[in-house]
Amino acid sequence: MAKLRGTGMAAVNYPTGMNLGGDPSQALIHATTTGTFVISLSSTDLGQGLKTVIAQIGADALGVPVENVMIDTADTDTGPHCMGTFASRATHRVGNAVVMAAQEARKVLLEVAADELEVSPEDLETDGQGNILVKGAPSRSIGLVDTALAAHFKYAKTISGRGMFMKPKSDVDPETGAMDPDSTEAHACTVAEVEVDTETGEVKVLSIKSAYEIGRQVNPALVKGQIEGGSVMGMSHALLETTAPYYPAIDHSPGGFSDYLIPGSADIPEIESVVLEYPSSTGPFGVKGIGEMTANSPIPAIVNAINNAIGVRITELPVTPEKILRALEMKDKE
Amino acid sequence: MTQGKLNAVGQSIKRRDGLGHVTGKTVYVDDVKFRDMLHLKMVRSPVPHARIKGIDFSEAEKVPGFVRALTHEDVPKNTYTILCLIGVGPDEEPVLAEDEVRYKGEQIAAIIAETEEAAMEAVGKVKLDLEELPAVFDVEEALKPGAPILKHWGTNYFVYEGHHCRRVRYGDVEKGFAEADFIVEERYQTSPIEHAPTETTGCVVKPEADGRYTVYTNTQALFFTLDNAALILEVPFNKLHLVGGTVGGGFGGKVDVIVEPITILAAMKTGRPVRYVFMRDEEMRVSSTRGAWRMYYKDGVMKDGRIVARQVTTYADAGAYNRHTPYAVTKHAANAAGPYNIPNVSIDAHCVYTNRQPGSAMRGFAVTPASFALEVQMDKIAETIGMDPWEIRFINAYRNGDMKPHRKVVEDATLIETMQAAAEMVGTELPERLKAMHSNDREGGNHG
Amino acid sequence: MAAKIVTFNLNGREIDVLVKPLTTMQTLLREQLEYFATKSGCRQGGCGSCTILVDGEPMASCLLPVEDVAGKEVTTLEGITPDLGLHPIQEAFFDNYAMQCGYCTPGIIMVSKALLDRNPHPNRREIVEALAGNVCRCTGYEPIIRAVQDAAARMNGQQGGA
Repeated sequence: MAKLRGTGMAAVNYPTGMNLGGDPSQALIHATTTGTFVISLSSTDLGQGLKTVIAQIGADALGVPVENVMIDTADTDTGPHCMGTFASRATHRVGNAVVMAAQEARKVLLEVAADELEVSPEDLETDGQGNILVKGAPSRSIGLVDTALAAHFKYAKTISGRGMFMKPKSDVDPETGAMDPDSTEAHACTVAEVEVDTETGEVKVLSIKSAYEIGRQVNPALVKGQIEGGSVMGMSHALLETTAPYYPAIDHSPGGFSDYLIPGSADIPEIESVVLEYPSSTGPFGVKGIGEMTANSPIPAIVNAINNAIGVRITELPVTPEKILRALEMKDKE
Repeated sequence: MTQGKLNAVGQSIKRRDGLGHVTGKTVYVDDVKFRDMLHLKMVRSPVPHARIKGIDFSEAEKVPGFVRALTHEDVPKNTYTILCLIGVGPDEEPVLAEDEVRYKGEQIAAIIAETEEAAMEAVGKVKLDLEELPAVFDVEEALKPGAPILKHWGTNYFVYEGHHCRRVRYGDVEKGFAEADFIVEERYQTSPIEHAPTETTGCVVKPEADGRYTVYTNTQALFFTLDNAALILEVPFNKLHLVGGTVGGGFGGKVDVIVEPITILAAMKTGRPVRYVFMRDEEMRVSSTRGAWRMYYKDGVMKDGRIVARQVTTYADAGAYNRHTPYAVTKHAANAAGPYNIPNVSIDAHCVYTNRQPGSAMRGFAVTPASFALEVQMDKIAETIGMDPWEIRFINAYRNGDMKPHRKVVEDATLIETMQAAAEMVGTELPERLKAMHSNDREGGNHG
Repeated sequence: MAAKIVTFNLNGREIDVLVKPLTTMQTLLREQLEYFATKSGCRQGGCGSCTILVDGEPMASCLLPVEDVAGKEVTTLEGITPDLGLHPIQEAFFDNYAMQCGYCTPGIIMVSKALLDRNPHPNRREIVEALAGNVCRCTGYEPIIRAVQDAAARMNGQQGGA
């Protein structure tokens, strides 16, 4: 009877976008009279932080401070179509739609600024601080507020843009399965350390350490939030969760948090991560997306670590103490 | 790709909704209340498979506060249509059960009442006359002759263009197995899982003075929900106005369009605002899960670590109805061989129906179970041939330019670089040969 | 059964409410008084999202009859949020990204307030124990623990910092 430690690893890919494509998203941008940019969407924030991340993408695509960007979502009367937040698609598709809309709006912004400064739009750049400057002669500049006022009241122009992104729908060959399912691939590699109590069968996950490659981090703190939350959810899937404890029988299905086991504050391992960025060619600023994948590599890493600790490979989830004890018993008999 | 200087992208800006969250001022669906709001509770099947012979509402109607009941006869188009919008048919789930129920908890009739307590009391007083039918719960049992059949087209599997499964055929696995030094086989099984967000699924529907309906909902996909609801209710799409965007945890569990159509119908029939929010036990036992997956892997491996053939047979337990599972199985087929370069691959991925609460979308959809099986299998292979687990993955990792089994060229591959970074992070010293590999270089890979 | 009047102190103000017997504090707050910060995650006492303080003790309002708080001091998240600005605990949560969907956040902040009022210098184990009754599905708890440590520092007059 002992507490045995083990280490295990797993390496995975995760595809971006609704499988096979055909999932469009649109964005509309308009500037107010004083240079605030409203991005109208019908997209949903599930907690992952979409409303924040889209504002960041919009701000840099427009060339304005992020404080000048408002996100207006979700209302089907005022927001254009969005397929929804799932399939790790939102930052990628909605982000691309916002970039496209921003390009159109920025063009008008620079045209108005150019007229005010009596230069041509190609001579201008934005500093991201609220100013539009003449390249090489930064003392010649105009602010966003003045540009917006001029557009509205002097030139009768609307600083606005329309954006849309869709990966065309792919068919699947029924014989060979040939298909084009996704827009890009993100990757992860997790190393898990566990301690298994051979008397009780309980597994304590000591650490989950992962490398992620996700194209581009728009907001590193929110990316870390996905990694930390996903690591715990992965651990939960691996060791605790089931709606059918006697699967395939439907008996004893849990009805609440007292009997549907998920980790609490005392169960969490040490979580460490490093994020790599190899920009994709299809995402806004190279984004790939991370929302779904963060539970995926911890699960097999933990199962492999258990095997490393006690020499039994459990191939059925969740890896409960009963399964471990039965496996150890069978191993002893061999 | 976007150009330009990055000022905001890459910054850890504080959450836009953070202040609302820490002060409790963020508005969720359950915070939306109207003065004359009615409450909807569902009469559900107590058994996994039965024919409905009759429903008796007489005692329920006597409950003080009872307003009305809705059955399938009240639903204009009683077909639950979520996949038709992405071109996947056939439709096979009713909004409210007609003559048969196929899982314990399936919705049969909606009770609308003045208070939640009255609605729940009335639900308890509805008498169901059910003739129980044999039920099947195991995916492989469901495919055997003699199993009770759940679908009107006569099978317990989704038909993929004439096939009983989604197929991937690349190269010749039998030839690969014949050449292989080792054959490594294993069966992997995942369990059905609940999303368990802290906020349950729900909506509040308000009839507006102009004849339209405003639907306050925590759906993850507003237009998807609007379109499906309009088809079910047979109303012009612009009659519906969906408001949402703030979800208390989704994880894929709020894409099923399961509460909105019936609640809108209730609002239409009563002329009053109606609320339908899942109780926690409904969220656990009735709302869709991540279905269980049973996966058989058979790999042909060479002494030097190259996997030369991979055969995968998967059974996705869809539960009683499609929801998103047929589409999931296709996604699974595109990922079941893993981020590895294997010259001979055969995948048979089945979408199988059983008499349990349906599975649907969940975080990692169809790839989570595949990654679990794949990565435990890779360790099993490593152990079988006596190779280090890192090395087996480096040797087989896909590179840019490789061909995936579904005949898409590999792009944006960074599995090797990601593994190198992880090894460095945990202090695992990789052999120089592995440290020198990279995703743009087929040399040093397995088939270059 | 006839409704009755219950008198208690809510967020510093004495109030009289008219309730049917066994009405829960959660129902009173959310349905009658329109105090929505206290959330409704399970109504089974299993998730902690409905946590309020009664005489400084965290309690699941979904299981607490209104009659039981007669004469007591009840505090909800509305009561610790200042009219302007934020309570240091709220600032610490905001600065440490200690929430994602936000649904569990009110209950967790109430539990944290009760802890820090009783124990201004909790160690990690004490924080973890205080949070044991609260479910969070999104964050994995670590940023919440960091936020409570940071909140303790701020409330003890030290520099806060993420």
